Amino acid sequence: MFSDSNLLQFIFGRLTIDAIPYHDPILVGTFLVVAVIGTAILAAITWYGKWGYLWREWFTSVDHKKIGIMYIVLAIVMLLRGFADAIMMITQKALAVGASEGYLPPHHYDQIFTAHGTIMIFFMAMPFVTGIMNYIMPLQIGARDVAFPFLNNFSFWMTVGGAILIMMSLFVGEFSRATWLAYPPLSGSAYSPGVGVDYYIWGLQIAGVGTTLSGINLIATIVKMRAPGMTMMKIPIFCWTTLCSNALIVTIFPVLTATLTLLALDRYVGTRFFTNDFGGNSMLYMNLIWIWGHPEVYVLILPAFGIFSEVVSTFCGKRLFGYTSMVYATAVIAVISWLVWLHHFFTMGSGASVNAFFGITTMIISIPTGAKVFNWLFTMYRGRIRFETPMIWVMGFIPTFVLGGLTGVLLAVPPADFVLHNSLFLVAHFHNVIIGGVVFGLFSGVNYWFPKAFGFKLDPFWGKVSFWCWLAGFWVVFTPIYALGLMGVTRRTQHFEDPSLQPYLLVAAFGAFIILAGILALLVQLAVSYFKRAQLRDTTGDPWHGRTLEWSTTSPPPPYNFAFTPVVHDLDAWWDMKNRGHDHPLEGFKPIHMPKNTSTGVFLAVLSTALGFALVWYIWWLAALSFVGLIAVAIHHTFNYNRDYYIPAEDVVRFESHRMAQPAGGA
Amino acid sequence: MHEMTPPPGAKAPVFYEQEDHAHGDGGTLFGFWLYLMGDCLIFAVLFATYGVLGRNYAAGPSGADLFDLRLVALNTSLLLLSSITYGFAMLEMGQQNVRKTLIWLAVTGLLGATFVSLELYEFAHMFREGATPQRSAFLSSFFALVGTHGLHVTVGIVWLVTLMVQVRRFGLIEDNQRRLMCLSMFWHFLDVVWIGVFTFVYLMGSMR
Amino acid sequence: MHHGATALAMHSTSPSIQPNSNRLSVGKVVRLLAVLSGSAWLAGCDLIVMNPAGDVAVQQRNLIIASTALMLLVIVPVIALTFVFAWRYRATNTDATYDPDWHHSTQLEVVIWTVPLLIIIALGAMTWISTHTLDPYRPLSRIAPNQPVPADVKPLSVEVVALDWKWLFIYPELGIASVNEMAAPANVPITFRITSSSVWNTFYVPAMAGMIYAMPGMQTKLHAVMNQEGDFTGISGQYSGSGFSRMNFKFRSLNQQGFDEWVAKVRSATGPLDRNVYTELEKPSEAVPIQHYGTVEGGLFDAILGLCVAPGQMCVHEMHHIDRMGGSSEGSEENRKRLDYDNRRLERGEEPSGATFPASGRAPRSPEEPQGVMPRGDDNANRPGSGQPGAGSGPAPSQLNTQPNEPHRH
Repeated sequence: MFSDSNLLQFIFGRLTIDAIPYHDPILVGTFLVVAVIGTAILAAITWYGKWGYLWREWFTSVDHKKIGIMYIVLAIVMLLRGFADAIMMITQKALAVGASEGYLPPHHYDQIFTAHGTIMIFFMAMPFVTGIMNYIMPLQIGARDVAFPFLNNFSFWMTVGGAILIMMSLFVGEFSRATWLAYPPLSGSAYSPGVGVDYYIWGLQIAGVGTTLSGINLIATIVKMRAPGMTMMKIPIFCWTTLCSNALIVTIFPVLTATLTLLALDRYVGTRFFTNDFGGNSMLYMNLIWIWGHPEVYVLILPAFGIFSEVVSTFCGKRLFGYTSMVYATAVIAVISWLVWLHHFFTMGSGASVNAFFGITTMIISIPTGAKVFNWLFTMYRGRIRFETPMIWVMGFIPTFVLGGLTGVLLAVPPADFVLHNSLFLVAHFHNVIIGGVVFGLFSGVNYWFPKAFGFKLDPFWGKVSFWCWLAGFWVVFTPIYALGLMGVTRRTQHFEDPSLQPYLLVAAFGAFIILAGILALLVQLAVSYFKRAQLRDTTGDPWHGRTLEWSTTSPPPPYNFAFTPVVHDLDAWWDMKNRGHDHPLEGFKPIHMPKNTSTGVFLAVLSTALGFALVWYIWWLAALSFVGLIAVAIHHTFNYNRDYYIPAEDVVRFESHRMAQPAGGA
Repeated sequence: MHEMTPPPGAKAPVFYEQEDHAHGDGGTLFGFWLYLMGDCLIFAVLFATYGVLGRNYAAGPSGADLFDLRLVALNTSLLLLSSITYGFAMLEMGQQNVRKTLIWLAVTGLLGATFVSLELYEFAHMFREGATPQRSAFLSSFFALVGTHGLHVTVGIVWLVTLMVQVRRFGLIEDNQRRLMCLSMFWHFLDVVWIGVFTFVYLMGSMR
Repeated sequence: MHHGATALAMHSTSPSIQPNSNRLSVGKVVRLLAVLSGSAWLAGCDLIVMNPAGDVAVQQRNLIIASTALMLLVIVPVIALTFVFAWRYRATNTDATYDPDWHHSTQLEVVIWTVPLLIIIALGAMTWISTHTLDPYRPLSRIAPNQPVPADVKPLSVEVVALDWKWLFIYPELGIASVNEMAAPANVPITFRITSSSVWNTFYVPAMAGMIYAMPGMQTKLHAVMNQEGDFTGISGQYSGSGFSRMNFKFRSLNQQGFDEWVAKVRSATGPLDRNVYTELEKPSEAVPIQHYGTVEGGLFDAILGLCVAPGQMCVHEMHHIDRMGGSSEGSEENRKRLDYDNRRLERGEEPSGATFPASGRAPRSPEEPQGVMPRGDDNANRPGSGQPGAGSGPAPSQLNTQPNEPHRH
């Protein structure tokens, strides 16, 4: 196998010192910033002696709340990276018009748009959504943890492993240039040799394992661990959207895994799945990847819909209008989202009837979506609307998202798609629904549930600054981009011939800086809130007059969430409890059965990341070693039968004494 | 769905569970079943790929040229038999009979190992004839589908051996029973998939 | 930003929409809608998709307008109600009714589900019909509204090949070919057969008709017509590698006389387009100037489509034929050698379109350009040979390019 006996090549595979881009000022600068910040953080942790604390209380924790927070931290870090890519792209576009070449050569620019798409979907939106689902859903159904706490920890670290691999491509080698879905034959070994696509494949595969397992975990939690009395038609609407979203995850991520494995086989073994020659079929990849890709957007948007529903209902002080139709709308959206994938390639020449069928199924999705919007509207009707920060995001969401839906249905009409496909109009459309829908929803959720997680509210002033920057920035960026699409400008161009396009691009670039201000305002909001936490403190556990069970426990909740499992009699269980008068028992605490922390998840993820790195660089010995290591650690883990413990009743009493001093809610 | 807020003073129902209710362990089997459904979709993709590419021989050998139906039929019966022997192991588990459970598990594992060996033999034979995965899209999709199944059986065997050690060491405790049930689902699932492979790939491929 | 704002203002005042007798009424609707939506400045710009020059694109544009109008029927009230309710039921307005338990109304639910349903039924019907009438594979039945294709007019056949990163147009009936420029007589239907040489692209002339994929080893079709004379731009909509941004061509819509002159001019070009010339042309190159070929080797397009331009190569349709007959066990090894296509660049030691480190042979993200890409910036201005097919920096060591230990590669 290694008969050329080149020792260096055996040890390092195709990795050489030249893989480090030390000559590129952008990369060196980035590296320095990352290194300085990284070193500062590591030094601070060491200085304050927090390593043990982090390891014991966070990294190895199986508590769904801590894992949820870690997911969101990862998402925010990746948001910064993905947004840096966005700024680079739009400034390049704005500069590289006519005679000017801009500052990014095509083979660098291509990596940036590929990384932007990959990171924003897989490592920003996905962990963010998963984090919120992880934190909130078990609290809302009155559970003490998820069904499989260890798997939860493992899933998180696999997501981190994938993110690390993708980030590594910045400083060791290069990233894929083959767009965020890596269409073959361009992404095949004949047209994209080198480490780029391999980084993409293994980064996604490792994170994909985590996502799939997390999906199984959250479904099992909702199905098996609801509080007594909570029938499926009494679970909070956010849990319904979580359930549907995870059902989609469990059905589509295996498809992604299989598809990327086939692509990897084409690249590594020389199989002929998606090649031009030897009977391969690249159209097959297109179908498979979009069978994953379309439901994926509903994986992201459904929980956002759930967040909006909770927020509207809470801040209108009113029961959600049409809960039942909301549930059916969610389920119908999830089901139909499996049947629309072909609308991503109407222009492949599938024939009129096939195109029309998929066009119409796509439009049908807008019916339940429309019903949802009306339900939010009629929840506001005859409500008492408090325009706190979470609600403000909803107000920005509805008009923005509805317009994004309009352009989406437009793209679902095949002949109209023929002129809009792959254009900047399309780019504007999906940013319109992903930013206007998913991102606004996530920020609404963060503002809404932050006091639950940390015991103090987020500063409303900076929250509103962030909101207005995002909303204004979004429209300033994407109005000209819509217009450019109607001028017949396609996506992914690194340069424009026509100088008359420049004004639009400059406006869009300006808008990107407004969004940047929005992101900075978010960070400022976090910092300001931390320093003003005494002022913003919530001692009730129920700062917004909430309706669902997460508000019935303390903020932050104790490790076991609920000392006494709540008994549910109605939808909006906590509202019901407050209305009919509940008495939280003050004694009779019992030891609580909880899962133990474990470091196995971390080790497995580290080994997986090493395996991914070894495969990217053809370091076969490391690949073999880490693979064997993975199996060994996994088997070793199964020999540990001692996975849970009891929180002694005295500890429960100690935790609960705080609550007794401060009677929760408006009871 | 239409309950209104009751008038104040109405008797409040029980809102807190004072006695700890057992959460039960149905979660693991349900979760594992969900995993199997996901795995099923991986096979669905591979079947679909085979369906699309299965006749693209690239002017090379076809299934009719390559498959030795007698060997595959033997292999199929071995795998089906292993499902039955696993069933016996589960029956013995129900009787709390550690020794007999282990014997049936060992028989199952041996049948599985023979299955994998025969499959490898078949592959080696095809490789010698130049029918490698690189030769054509048909062969790529064939090796991917059959190979993934074989890989699953291999994982099943490793898991089975691990469980045998655990059953030997810790007995048929509740945890081990649950694990044996998960593996049981896995093993039968692979059987079902193989019936699809045998019919769709081998039988239909030879009849072309 | 000042510059941008000024330019926008200028655009909004320049009356650049040319009245066109064919679609006056639609033009009015466009402008009316544009004004209504408060974006008059957009209508003043070169929104080629909304202001096309070919009948197919005009119908596609009309469909966009009709669908938008249909959807606005529900979207405008929704947005208005959002703000009305938000204002009316704000917490400080204690005069407004507050009904915390009101959460269901069967009548309202029926309306909520029915209104979008009705709109989607209308839109769905429109979609079904228009998708069939505007199917790119369907020969044109008209060249303009109320103008059926005259019986004596024969459509112009054009064979299109998307190359890395330029467009090749072959006129099979005229025996000529051209790179990065195509011409056609206005008001004559055109039949395109489209393929690609290496990776996917889309063939797109926004002024004429919607796009369709150009895929290697496969053929797509497009039927279209141009109703106005003039020069238009054609592009690829699907990212295809380093030179993608400059993968544009000039579409010249001429009158019959002008087209005849153009054909004569191309015919007078010296070079023939044969397999050898094509093999050179097919190598990645960017911003290639317009080239004409007076003669074209017969069957070249079908050879490109069959991935069998190189001598001895087996064509895709021959392979399909053998496969339909049940494959070939005996001739397998010979056939295998005759089918290898994708690896031709790696085998010639050329840089493939999307190569990354280490296969690119360049340091990661280095300012050095990939092979075939024109020089950018001062550093590379004098680099000899760059921008020419097959030139540029040396290829990577071969062991870094190919797949590892592939057992049956001879």
